[in-house]
Amino acid sequence: MTRWTPDPSFYASPRDAAAAPAETLAYVAAFDRSAQRPDAIAVVDTDPGSATYGRVVGWTDMPSVGDELHHFGWNACSSALCPTAPHPHVERRYLIVPGLRSSRIHVLDVKGDPRAPKLVKTIEAKELAAGAGYSRPHTVHCGPDGIYVSALGAGDSDDGPGGIAVLDHTTFEVRGAWEADRGDQHLAYDFWWHLTRDVLVSSEWGTPAMVEGGLVPELLLGRKYGHRLHFWDLAKRRNVQTVDLGDQYQMVLELRPAHDPSKEYGFVGVVTSVEDLSASIWVWHRAEGGDFAVTKVIDIPAEPADPADLPPALQPFGAVPPLVTDIDLSVDDRFLYVSCWGTGELKQFDVTDPFAPREVGSVRLGGIVRREPHPSFPDERLAGGPQMVEISRDGRRVYVTNSLYGAWDDQFFPDGVGAWQAKIDVDTDGGGLTLDPRFFPHGEEFRGLRVHQTRLQGGDASSDSYCFP
Amino acid sequence: MSGGQVAALAALGAFHGLNPAMGWLFAVARGMQERDRGALLRALPPIAGGHLASVAIVAAVIAATRSAVAGGVVGVAGGVLLVGFGLWRLLSQRHFRWAGMRLSAAQLAGWSFLVSSAHGAGLMLLPVLASGPAAAPGGAGHAGHAVAAGAGGALTGLAAAGVHTVAMFVVAGGLALLVYEVVGTSILRRAWFNVDRLWAAVLVAAGVVTIVAAT
Repeated sequence: MTRWTPDPSFYASPRDAAAAPAETLAYVAAFDRSAQRPDAIAVVDTDPGSATYGRVVGWTDMPSVGDELHHFGWNACSSALCPTAPHPHVERRYLIVPGLRSSRIHVLDVKGDPRAPKLVKTIEAKELAAGAGYSRPHTVHCGPDGIYVSALGAGDSDDGPGGIAVLDHTTFEVRGAWEADRGDQHLAYDFWWHLTRDVLVSSEWGTPAMVEGGLVPELLLGRKYGHRLHFWDLAKRRNVQTVDLGDQYQMVLELRPAHDPSKEYGFVGVVTSVEDLSASIWVWHRAEGGDFAVTKVIDIPAEPADPADLPPALQPFGAVPPLVTDIDLSVDDRFLYVSCWGTGELKQFDVTDPFAPREVGSVRLGGIVRREPHPSFPDERLAGGPQMVEISRDGRRVYVTNSLYGAWDDQFFPDGVGAWQAKIDVDTDGGGLTLDPRFFPHGEEFRGLRVHQTRLQGGDASSDSYCFP
Repeated sequence: MSGGQVAALAALGAFHGLNPAMGWLFAVARGMQERDRGALLRALPPIAGGHLASVAIVAAVIAATRSAVAGGVVGVAGGVLLVGFGLWRLLSQRHFRWAGMRLSAAQLAGWSFLVSSAHGAGLMLLPVLASGPAAAPGGAGHAGHAVAAGAGGALTGLAAAGVHTVAMFVVAGGLALLVYEVVGTSILRRAWFNVDRLWAAVLVAAGVVTIVAAT
């Protein structure tokens, strides 16, 4: 049903969105690695005035088992105000929740009772394969003419090419593959865009065969994982430029374009360099002549460690790689948050000048060797590390969860990764991070499931795109 | 055209100009993107041109048909079409789809033509065009006369589309400048009334009026 006035969670500009009210609920993807019980969307109370603050207050099971819920997104967001095909009176109401392993896509309605999302539709793997030729759906973005969902694999195989499927805005039917001409793009992972510039950017991880059994050392050392960025004409759906970061830079993952639509740069994280196990952050930007260039702006070195403290996969190296596997940019484009899952650290950089980031904050939790506890539970050594990171629209609160991907969790934390979500308060003046001592749902709070992406009620820093500066 | 017709055409033009989806918001976005009011102003003529083309085709067809065909037929058939289209717009969840914001002036005119056509902008003029005297007496015996009458009717239709579009252009341009220069786009989330629903209701009402007038 359409509304008479725009959905109040839509904002014309990132500046307006930064003035949005604080979220009172967070939705968290939770999955059962053993595939014995259904995965779920957990609902966490984020209202500091509530008696159940920091507790799981809602829970919606998926209809099957073995989905591996991972990333998810909204049916509609602020891009609905974009002027070429505006539809501001639709509701931000449905969560589009893919199963990364099962290739099912679930649609959950959060309107009736936001604490009890209701399943309203399931797109089966075979529908996604038949309609778009893809499998292993990953990133969801509310696009200008439909819901865009990236996918790691081809429809009926464990191989590529991965790409982007488009779902209908309203019926959620699979409309088809997005690409008109993919060029030599084969590996897929994340995507996002500069809507007002007709640019879509996509990154590379690996095909299902390369990732579903865990990180394969031979493929990594053979430099076979993704190391390129693709720039597409968003209107013509063509791959117009590919930039190779260098094949030592393995696994080019999360893409965070500037929210300001008059800017044309963004950040991307590289998991690891095979030369020294460092992680890195790069900026894409328009170079002279109009093509995109990609420039490395942050290096995060590996930390030396006693092999006895390391899981078998890392013992030959005698070091812990930071394994940067998620980054997030605040809505005002000022602070970039970098999850170092391996070393157990969330770093905050002031990126007012995107080419000269300054580290201004850090929080330690978990980590392969350190196992840093949460200050409120000092006796509990934590496994996993800050991984998925989500920022409130006003930039004052940051939420992190600790599971990366089932198969990787098992490799790097063979004694179990556990499950926790932490909230970090941000000093938005000069930078600086403080763990909220009252907010730490963990352990049995998540009923034995692992937790991945967080989405905040009404939108967050990685859910919305804007067409007005 | 009678004075009443001109006024009605202008009022409908103002109504179309008011709708952010018809183009003024796109002009604002272009101005803001370039941080240049000139970009906003340059976007308006192609938007009005595309709207004019969309409306003129429908208006010319209606007026020409009306000159050549017996009076009530156009009103009834057109009215039924209008009611049906309006109901479809009202009940359908679908909305105009488009990807791409970097458009040349010609592409911008094309976009405006498509968005106006998809919304049935021209159809909304039906009751006005069907109400006044036809350009030449219809139902005359031989074919040559009917063709000439049809051509005269089409000209009336084009004139009507012109009046309509001038009003649309003035209102759209005024709103674009007001939002760009004074109030800012934050007004959108408060003041963007669901024009689409109203629009569909107007289409249905216009169809009913046309049918009643013709019978």
